[in-house]
Amino acid sequence: MIEIKNLHVSIGERKILDGLNLTVKDGEVAAIMGPNGTGKSTLSYVISGRDGYDVTEGEVLLDGENILGLEPHERAAKGVFLAFQYPVEIPGVATMTFLKAAVNAQRRSRGEEELQTPDFMKMVREASTKLGINMDMLKRALNVGFSGGEKKRMDILQMSLLQPKFGILDETDSGLDIDALRIVSEGVNALRSPNRSFLVITHYQRLLDYIKPDTVHVMAQGKIQKTGGPELALELEKSGYRDYVGEAA
Amino acid sequence: MTVQAIDKKSEAETAFAGAFEAMKGKGAPALRQASWEFFTRKGLPTRRVEAWHYTDLRASLRIVAPLGAPGAITLPPAMEGRVRLVIADGAFRPELSDVAALPAGVGLASLADVLAKEDAAALTALGLPENAGADAVVALNAALMQDGVVLRVAPATEVAKTIEILLLSTGGEALSSFTRSLVVVGDGAKAKIVETSLALAPSGAQENHVLAFAIGAGAEVEHIADIGPQSEAAIRLFSLLVTAQAKASFKSFGFIGGGGLVRRQIFARLAGEDASVSLDGISLLGRKDHADTTLVVEHAAANCKSRERFRNVLDGQSTGVFQGKVVVRPGAQKTDGSMQSRALLLSENATMNNKPELEIFADDVVCGHGATCGRLDADQLFYLVARGLPKHEAEALLIEGFAGEIVEAIGEEAARDVYFERIRSWLGNRGDGK
Repeated sequence: MIEIKNLHVSIGERKILDGLNLTVKDGEVAAIMGPNGTGKSTLSYVISGRDGYDVTEGEVLLDGENILGLEPHERAAKGVFLAFQYPVEIPGVATMTFLKAAVNAQRRSRGEEELQTPDFMKMVREASTKLGINMDMLKRALNVGFSGGEKKRMDILQMSLLQPKFGILDETDSGLDIDALRIVSEGVNALRSPNRSFLVITHYQRLLDYIKPDTVHVMAQGKIQKTGGPELALELEKSGYRDYVGEAA
Repeated sequence: MTVQAIDKKSEAETAFAGAFEAMKGKGAPALRQASWEFFTRKGLPTRRVEAWHYTDLRASLRIVAPLGAPGAITLPPAMEGRVRLVIADGAFRPELSDVAALPAGVGLASLADVLAKEDAAALTALGLPENAGADAVVALNAALMQDGVVLRVAPATEVAKTIEILLLSTGGEALSSFTRSLVVVGDGAKAKIVETSLALAPSGAQENHVLAFAIGAGAEVEHIADIGPQSEAAIRLFSLLVTAQAKASFKSFGFIGGGGLVRRQIFARLAGEDASVSLDGISLLGRKDHADTTLVVEHAAANCKSRERFRNVLDGQSTGVFQGKVVVRPGAQKTDGSMQSRALLLSENATMNNKPELEIFADDVVCGHGATCGRLDADQLFYLVARGLPKHEAEALLIEGFAGEIVEAIGEEAARDVYFERIRSWLGNRGDGK
């Protein structure tokens, strides 16, 4: 379970998150929708531990433990996973090398045995097949020259190998055509489980046709403005965010 | 206070006169004399010499180390499948070399023998190539050359084994050495040559090495220059001179692992149509290492192709230099040239000097160059740490990727493994001030 309590975040002088509260229970898929520039990506970066954000107040609890003091790799080992809006290209680093380094770094961090190559390869082969990823692609440099859809699939592959407790999907639908969106969504849906929760950040209702949320939260002005069920997303699609932006402006 | 006029001989320049007296009776008197006169006119290069702007050799080389004499050596094991020729402290050591294992079609002589016999053909090839002619360090080498190897690959021979020229510094006492080696590759032949600079023990060695390739029509040469670690006090100068005839190809990878002052200069001349050169290199620098790669690629014939890709990784208080000049002579139409130098600065106190140049005197050419200099990419780093890699591991993976892209292009698989291992070992030492 992830609990975000009264989170205040600034970048320099600019306040981005202004007392945000949000709880996502185990097994729950929560969607956050909101207009551009309301701090949705900031929230995902702060949870995963990126530099450059000043947390002035509040806490983020993963199963009761405040993770804000941890390094990003420690948060990852505890089960935080961020699927990036724009997965980064890393020239010169073979995808397979990276995957193995990530899986084993997390295992080491948790005091588990590292996976040997044959076991690791078997795991990757199975996960890749499910996502329609060709093994030849894993020999190439990470994300270099991959299409938008391939990059997103690669992120979902990482998620399925790393088996996080809490997955954040930051506008996973951006840059995807319908087919890619379906494949990526199926990948995410396959990972849904009673002890894993997701935070799905999106502008559009469309993604939520594929990944059905349990709860929908409207974020604006740096905080959650309204919480409801899946019907809230449909409502937003009709009325837009005007009501929420207007309120405080 | 005393002020030394710049045209006055430095102590080192005066000391070289003593070395010249010792060497001038050892063959090729005319070449030595002319080279010596040229050197004395020029003097040791200073920042005023454009090609040496970032490496003030005159200021660095103040006291000349003595020439060495052959002694007993315990050699490290050679890489499997390589034929090793050992040049230790300036002297070719046939008794330590795999002379008997030289493949058929490869002739070997020591430079000292060639000079003593006044072998006219070899001496011509050993003379200063046009495009290196203005360099004082190459001239100093010709005046003082002690020994080296002269390899001749017969036309149409495919040399199965890689031949390694091991430039060994025994260490302990700081010694000067001047070696010159020549590889003549006959038309249509194929050869792989590695030159390795290795210090058995660190010392303030002062080395001046020249390796010249005369590559016949349609011949193919793969080359590796491996410049291993040395003491901070060492000064090592490597000049690679390449002439490629029509349809010949020369593919080179250079590795500089730091250690005092290293200057690699490459003078490559595409002398015949449809020839190609590919010059790659990585430098991994830390402490106060200074590594300068300066190259001139001269397109003297039409339809030739040249590629240069150099990457510097700089930590500590190190300094990297890349100066690359591509010259396209009149008539060298349809030249295809591309040069790239990229540097990764890992420390606030590291410095990179990048200077790419094009001189084009033909109108139908495609030539480009790019030079970049930057830190590790914050987005890439975050991507990796967010996946669970601790920061130092994430950095190491990115640095390995940066340098590894060049290593990937090495033809020989065993050599690729060696340089990936060297990168990892350098990364492993980063923590302790390297």
